[in-house]
Amino acid sequence: MSEFLAMGGYAAFVWPCVGLSFAILAGLLLTARRRLRGVHRRIRHLNVAPEEGAWELRA
Amino acid sequence: MRLPNWLHKLASPPHFYRIAGRIEPWMLWSGLAAIAVGAFGGLLLAPPDYQQGDAYRIIYFHVPAAYLAMQLYALMAIGSAIGLVWRMKLAYAISAATAPVGLAFTGLALATGMLWGKPMWGAYWSWGDARLTSVLVMFFLYLGYMLLHASLEERSTADRAAGILAVVGVVNLPIIKFSVEWWSSLHQGPTISRLAAPAITWDMLWPLLVMIVGAVLFSLAVTLTRARAEVLLRERGARWVRDVVAVGA
Repeated sequence: MSEFLAMGGYAAFVWPCVGLSFAILAGLLLTARRRLRGVHRRIRHLNVAPEEGAWELRA
Repeated sequence: MRLPNWLHKLASPPHFYRIAGRIEPWMLWSGLAAIAVGAFGGLLLAPPDYQQGDAYRIIYFHVPAAYLAMQLYALMAIGSAIGLVWRMKLAYAISAATAPVGLAFTGLALATGMLWGKPMWGAYWSWGDARLTSVLVMFFLYLGYMLLHASLEERSTADRAAGILAVVGVVNLPIIKFSVEWWSSLHQGPTISRLAAPAITWDMLWPLLVMIVGAVLFSLAVTLTRARAEVLLRERGARWVRDVVAVGA
C-alpha cells in the first residue's frame, strides 16, 4: 500500500494531479446543476412578480 | 444555404430541452463509471513506464483534459459559426454553455502538464515551447469569449461578438495539434493518435482510452446541463418555459 502511495517517488506530482482532476470534475458538475436550479428558481420568481421589473434578469 | 428540416426540429428550444434532459443522466453516469474504471486501471493496473516510472500515470488525467480542451473549443466555434451564419439561437446557447467547461479542462490540462513537466523536464513551464504556449493562448481565448459575452448588455450583440472571437480563435487549434511536429519542443510527440502503431502498450493504453471516453461523456453531460439553463434563460418569456418551471422538469 505504501509503495502504491509513494508512486515510485513521484507522489508529490501524481497525487496532486489526481486530486485536482477530481476536484475540477466535481466543481463542473456542481456548478452546472446549481446553475440550472438557480435559473428555474429565478424564472419561477419572474412568473410570480413580473410587474416588479424582474424581466431585467441577466444571464 | 438552408439547414435540413431535422436539424431545425432538433434546434427548437423546447425539443432540445426535453431531449437533453433525457440523455444527460445516461451520459453523466456512464461517463463517471468509465472515469472510475479508467482511473483504477491507470493508477493500479497499468505497469510503470521503463523511462518515466510512475510519473507517467499523470497521462491518464492530462491527455483526456487536453483532448477535451481542443474538442470543446471546436464545438464552441462550430456553434458560434452556425449562429453567425444561420442565426440559430440554440447554437449560440450551446457555445455559451461550452465555454466554462472548455476553460476548466484547458486549465486542468495546463496544471497537470506542469505537474508532469517538473519531474520529466526539470521545469514546470517553458515559454519557448510552442505546445505549452499555444494551449495557454487557448485558455485566454476561452476566458476572452466568456468575458466579452458577459460584458455586453445586449445578448444578440454579445453572441455575435463572442462568436466572432471563437471562430477567429480556431486558427490556434492546428497550431496546438502540430506544434510538436513543426517546432522543436520539450513536449513529447503524439502517443495514441497514430492509430496504426500507438507508442504505448495495450496494458497502458486501455485505461487511457476508457478515461478519454469517460471524460467526453462527462463533459457532454455537464455541457448539456449548462445548455438547458442557457436555453431557459433565453426563452424565459415563452409559455413552454413557464410550464417547464412550474412542474420543475
